[in-house]
Amino acid sequence: MNSLTNLLGWVDARFPLSKLWKEHLSEYYAPKNFNFWYFFGSLALLVLVIQIVSGIFLTMNYKPDAAYAFYSVEYIMRDVDWGWLIRYVHSTGASMFFVVVYLHMFRGLMYGSYRKPRELIWIFGMFIYLALMAEAFMGYLLPWGQMSYWGAQVIVNLFSAVPFVGPDLSVWIRGDYVISDATLNRFFAFHVIAVPIVLLGLVVAHIIALHEVGSNNPDGVEIKKHKDPVTHIPLDGIPFHPYYTVKDIVGVVVFLMVFSAIVFFAPDLGGYFIEDNNFIPADPLKTPPHIAPVWYFTPFYAVLRAVPPMFGSQFPGVIAMGVAVMIIFFLPWLDRGPVKSIRYRGPIYKTALALFVTSFLGLGYLGMQPVTPLFTLLSQIFTTIYLAFFILMPWYTKIDKCKPEPERVTG
Amino acid sequence: MSQNEVDRSKRRFLIAATTAVGGVATVGVAVPFLASMMPSQRAKAAGAPVEVDIGKVEPGMILSVEWRGKPVWIVNRTKEMLDLLGKHDDQLADPKSEVEQQPAYCKNATRSIKPNMLVAVGICTHLGCSPTFRKDVGGDLGADWPGGFFCPCHGSRFDLAARVYKGVPAPTNLVIPPHKYLSDSRILVGEDSKGA
Repeated sequence: MNSLTNLLGWVDARFPLSKLWKEHLSEYYAPKNFNFWYFFGSLALLVLVIQIVSGIFLTMNYKPDAAYAFYSVEYIMRDVDWGWLIRYVHSTGASMFFVVVYLHMFRGLMYGSYRKPRELIWIFGMFIYLALMAEAFMGYLLPWGQMSYWGAQVIVNLFSAVPFVGPDLSVWIRGDYVISDATLNRFFAFHVIAVPIVLLGLVVAHIIALHEVGSNNPDGVEIKKHKDPVTHIPLDGIPFHPYYTVKDIVGVVVFLMVFSAIVFFAPDLGGYFIEDNNFIPADPLKTPPHIAPVWYFTPFYAVLRAVPPMFGSQFPGVIAMGVAVMIIFFLPWLDRGPVKSIRYRGPIYKTALALFVTSFLGLGYLGMQPVTPLFTLLSQIFTTIYLAFFILMPWYTKIDKCKPEPERVTG
Repeated sequence: MSQNEVDRSKRRFLIAATTAVGGVATVGVAVPFLASMMPSQRAKAAGAPVEVDIGKVEPGMILSVEWRGKPVWIVNRTKEMLDLLGKHDDQLADPKSEVEQQPAYCKNATRSIKPNMLVAVGICTHLGCSPTFRKDVGGDLGADWPGGFFCPCHGSRFDLAARVYKGVPAPTNLVIPPHKYLSDSRILVGEDSKGA
């Protein structure tokens, strides 16, 4: 034991190991009133690790070549020992990543976690979300199935709607005039190395920013306002380790139960996690009769389809989709409410949030469905509500009748 | 000036000069990397014309061939199909093919060289899906559907001259590729008499 202490002392004199441990775990004081919704940050970290590890092992057998890609995935599924497990873990992980990230973001919306002084945490988080979308989109091309191919075709063509530079831009992204081997190869490079590096950097920035200002909590009050006069530890704070590490392990166990159930019993989850058409090799001459992106993109896809072309260009739809994503960045400055947490907000914000969630889920459903006049109308209504939630926020959060915030957290 | 004093203006100048030169070098190095992502010389050379035997395309049938990685349709339109073509001009966005989506020799009522033979690039002008050939009149596309192409991705509609309907996501008619007849039953897609 003594020699271990000596070793730690030797390391600490050269690398701030104990200091890092204390700052981020054993002496990082988190509010004592975290609830169910606070599982999803650590779960997102867990899924990131699952994706990196399973991804590394997939690359050992996958071939990023249009002639072999589809068959190398079949090879992994049938001939590589345990290959089916690794691949299903990776494909399930991709969808579960978005499940936990969406719940994590919803937590932020409920408790005002993006509000001052946590604006940068929110911005880093949004960049993580963007990187995750890029990662998922490019990863989806790799199996080179029909959905991979035509999904990429549609999304890359979105860029060609940009006035003037659009057509050249989409050719530059594809590296060819159509989605081809060149596209597959570069998406592989981005998917396995470029975007993951960016993602890891952003996750570190997200956590450093969080630990600088401290966690928000379901009451939306700052625990740093009331510190012990002697120790300067927040009175409502408890050390992250062991209290929240242990709590998070419970979340991990439940999460892994759900995760395993999907991997073992319904890896394609009825076409939601792996679409049926992706079991057919990519055919550049034949679009499947119904194409839709994977579920986590469908809300934005529905926004794209809701906007009709104007002035002979589909650019307005692309703009609307871009705005629907980018407007979330501005949340910290759009919200003018006197309180942070939904617990003390008035009826207007509660109604607005309910309408927003309804329209997001509604758009998600409509984005999977074929185009009909009724569905287009519904998409337009939901898109309007979605955007109004943000655009009208400075006004309705100000006039809302909020309850007084407590001084201390309520447990 | 004594030896210990710092010449601040010289320091500012050196910092600015180093930053500027370094910035120019960074941009210069980025150019080859970004340019390497453009289509390679091989990809550029792959656009050779394709010769197609159209003798086996029966009236009312469609043949898909690949040209520059895209599907090209050859549709042998029946007399009935051709008769229906002029009857829905008011529903079309560009019935007279004013937008340059076809060679000059196909800017006519049937958008083709020979009235019955439509040659078109089967890529929707919206977001690049390949529309489905829906030649049957009526059905789920509406009682007044005269036959044409329906894009499954976003619901764009085109008639049997590959002209786009109003109020659908696709902004323009489908592209008619340059093509020419080598004989009565053979065409060359991708090249016309002007050598384009």
